[in-house]
Order: sequence, then C-alpha cells, then structure tokens
Amino acid sequence: MAEMLVLIDHTDGHPRKVSTQMLTAAKRLADAAGDTVAAVWLGEGAADVADTLGAFGAAKLYHWDSADAQGYVTLPQVEALQAALEVSGADTLLFSSSNHVKDVAARLAIRADAGVITDVTDLESVDGALSATKEVFGGDVITKCKVADGKLAMFGVGANAFVAEESGGGSPELVALEVTLSESATATKVTAVEKQASADRPDIGEAAIVVSGGRGLGEEAGFKLIEELADVLGAGVGASRAATDAGWYPHRYQIGQTGRTISPTLYLGSGISGAIQHRAGMQTSQNVVAINKDAEAPIFQIADFGVVGDLYQVVPKLVEELKARKG
Amino acid sequence: MKVIVPVKRVPDTAGEKKMDPNDRTLDRDAGEAVLCPVNEFAIEEAVRLKEQQGAEVTVLLVGPENAQPILRKALSYGLDAAIQVTDDAISGSDALGTARVIAKALEGQEFDLVIFGNQSTDARTCLVPAAVAELLNLPSLTYARHLEVDGDKVVVHREHEEGWDVVESSLPAIVSVVEAINEPRYPSFKGIMAAKSKPLTVSSLADLGVDPEQVGSNAATATMYEFAERPPKEAGTVVEDDGSGAAAAALADWMAEKKFV
Repeated sequence: MAEMLVLIDHTDGHPRKVSTQMLTAAKRLADAAGDTVAAVWLGEGAADVADTLGAFGAAKLYHWDSADAQGYVTLPQVEALQAALEVSGADTLLFSSSNHVKDVAARLAIRADAGVITDVTDLESVDGALSATKEVFGGDVITKCKVADGKLAMFGVGANAFVAEESGGGSPELVALEVTLSESATATKVTAVEKQASADRPDIGEAAIVVSGGRGLGEEAGFKLIEELADVLGAGVGASRAATDAGWYPHRYQIGQTGRTISPTLYLGSGISGAIQHRAGMQTSQNVVAINKDAEAPIFQIADFGVVGDLYQVVPKLVEELKARKG
Repeated sequence: MKVIVPVKRVPDTAGEKKMDPNDRTLDRDAGEAVLCPVNEFAIEEAVRLKEQQGAEVTVLLVGPENAQPILRKALSYGLDAAIQVTDDAISGSDALGTARVIAKALEGQEFDLVIFGNQSTDARTCLVPAAVAELLNLPSLTYARHLEVDGDKVVVHREHEEGWDVVESSLPAIVSVVEAINEPRYPSFKGIMAAKSKPLTVSSLADLGVDPEQVGSNAATATMYEFAERPPKEAGTVVEDDGSGAAAAALADWMAEKKFV
C-alpha cells in the first residue's frame, strides 16, 4: 500500500482552501487504488490542524515544526519534502499551484528527477497512472497530461479545482520529520513580511465569488463600490490590468495573463471590456456576470448574465437588491 | 556588474493559437510571435541597473533560428549583447528541459544577476527561474515587485497573495520580476538602430556540452497526450438597464436562483 503525499499550503497557521480540496481529491484517488493519503505540514503549528487534515482524508501527517520553513526562501521546504519522500516512499505528490509553492516544486523536481504538471484542474486514474487535466492558452485549449513512467509525479493543483468534502477520518498519525538543512538552504533570508490584504475578504485565488472592476470605473474611488458589492456577497475583489496599471488597485489583485488566474463559482466584472488578456485569467469561472455600458464589449460573449448599462447606476441598485434578499 | 536577461518568444496572445495534431505542440508558425510581454519588465529593470550602476546586460534566448528578431527587439531597449541557443533537439522540451538548456548556457557566462520574467504568457508554469537556480545551486528570489542591488547583496520584495516578503541573499543570484515592478519604456529610435550591430552569439547544444538526450520531447518528464479546444460558450441572458432598476433586480433574481446569495 503506497502513500500519496499532499503538501499543505498554509498561511497564519491555517490551511488554505486549496489544501482541503487537494486532500479530498487525493483521498478519492487513493481509496480507488487501495492507497492512503499523508499530509505534509512545513512550519510550526501542525498539532493544531491535525484533526482538520484528518477529517479531509489524511491518515498520516508528516510535520517539520521549524520556523526555518518560512524564515528562509524555498529551499528549507524543498529539503523537508525530500525527507518526507524518503520516509514515505511516495511516488505521487500534490501541491498547491500558487506562485511560491511552484518554486518549491521546481527545485524539488530537479533534485528528485521528477515530472511536474502545474495548474491542474482535474485528476483521474487512467490505466493505473494519474492523468491530469490542464488548461492552456488562457483556457482556450484543454489538455490531458501524464508524468513519464518511473518518475516521482508532482501535480500542482489550482484553487477550486476540487470541492472539499470531509470523509469522516479521525486524527492522523503524526510523524515528525528529521531535517538537516544544507548550507545553501539558509542562503536566502526573509527579513520582513508585509501583509496588506484585508483579513475580511477572501483571496481571489480561492474565493467562491470574485467581484472585479476595470477601466470603466473611471477612477480609483470606484473600487469603493466594487468592495461594497463584494462584501455583500462575501467575495474577493479583483481588477483588470487597466485598473492596476492606473494605480487604482494593487497589482496582486490583477486578473489576467500577466496576473492571477482564477476559477471561482461566480465572476462578476464591472466596467471590464473582457479583452483576451483578461479572459485568459478568468474564463474558466463557472458563471460569469458582466456589467458594462458598451453592448459590444467582448465580455458579453462569455457572460451567463449581462447588464448593458452604467455601472454607477446598476451596481448600487444591485447592492440594494442583494441586501434585501439577504434580509 | 554583469546581468543576464533570459527572454522567450511567445505567440501573440491576441493571435490565433493552433495546436499541431501530429506532435501535440503549439504550431509556432501559425500566428505572430512576439517577445514575451513579461520579459519587458525584466529588461527595464536591467536597463535601470545599467543606468544606475553601469551594469553590462546580455539577453539570452533559447529558441529556433527564426527567433532572432525577438533578440534584436530586446537589444533595442539598450542592452549590450545577445546569446541565442538554437538546436532542433530542443523542440518539445518541457519547462524542466528548457531550464536545463538555460542553466547550461548561463554556466558558460560570467554574471552577478539573472533577471527572468516571473512567467511566460503562453505556458505560464512559473517553474523555469527556480529550476534554473536549482541547477546552478544559486539563490532564487522570485516574483520581485521591487529589486535593489547593493554591493554583493540583492534585496527583493517578493510578492504573494497577501502582500510581500522582504528577502535577501548574496550575489550571484537568480531573480524573477512581476509587472508591478516598473513601467517599461519604449525602445528609442537610436536603440533600434544600434540593436542591429550589437554582438549576437549563436550556440548549439554541442557548443554548450548538453547531451541532446537530456532535452526535447524524448526527455520530457511530463507529456501532454490529448488535447481539445474549449467548446464555445452558449449565449447568456443580456438585459439593458433602462434606469428603472429592473435590470439590477433581474440580475439579483438570477443570482438568488443560482444560490449566490
């Protein structure tokens, strides 16, 4: 019986949503193959989250309770993962397809001579090997990919690719990893952490609903309205490149080919025309709503519901209507 | 200080993208090819290091022979020299294979800093900068929204979902930049003219000492075995706002029906 490893992506001591989503998918695949799932937690606080990880399918929890995991860039996590792979003997590793974790995956893949597939939207077992679905060219082409035989298979899973479901598991077996860092692992130091995001709003990468604004807002103050709409819905706030380039909203919220790629259940864009560069970051959203005064805007071609009108008229009324429905 | 900026030739995002059904790779001759837009931020950052600290900047491209206009374009921003690695055996390489070629090309050069774009607009795996750093056993300071070089030290503000980390290492180092880092200038007429006579070195895999079996589609650790174009989306409901608020109410009804509220 083999183990499938899931690297838990976490922030402030809490697993990100993608982590429980990955565990759910891993549990389903492992059950079908007669395997088990082991989570890997790098950094302090493993004991506090063990039960949660167990509930979503982790039978075992490898942990490295060291501040070095976050105190230095990338390599300590790579070396702790090498230790986990050695103890576990696993030939499959799931990781979160977010930027900083991708660096860990890239360096680990070189060391372990592994195959890596990033931005995976689905995983299935085909002829005894895992096959990954991955969308390329901004979602225009849907591909199926496999890792070469005999290699460690690493899959970077995108947020919201799977729905997290508890599977009734109890506390996982805790296994402390023994990690001896190499000299290069501590060569790149984190000297400060700057947190700017609102703690009240979900990250756009994992939010079920994302509300975004673009050039049509006309000014920075327009984002107040976008945020108001987002907060009624419990949504994350995103922006088009036109809006971030204009300095109306921070770059890390930019949705598009040079920014973030999101797959929420609902994407609601206001004052966004939907240029191909923007669609490349959001067209895999399950439902798309567009509010734009230009009836010819390309965003309407992919909108499930579109309102042609002035967003400064429509959005405040929408906020009112939604508040009324919430009671 | 010596800086190297690796760049990529990518299909124009707005152009048509066609997959070649025979080898399941992008048909790179189907649409217009351009310098990856994310590379422009890396080039701008290098030009600033040139202006402020006298850095000598070389641009590096792994790609087919007909990609040379991309290198000349990069040079037109005021860079000093260009290196192209081209070899039929490279075709079909995955991100890690490409990283192996770039790493080998860098091994033969003197440098203090390598500045990548954080991702390419076509593949978008983001794997290459860190993989190259690993192959060269160098620090990787990626997703830089701010970059400072001070003597033999580099400091980067490394962007993440909630803000950024301030990270530092000694040189030489590999960095990648995000578009928040700067506003790239346009090439000047003088730069465009000068680019034509800047030195350009072309190397093959044999020149770099790369075993062709280590790269290309045969060595790819991950392969795509099937692809399909996304089915076109069915037209949705479109309502026009007549100022009465009916459109907003209809949208709220639709959202309630879909259980978003």
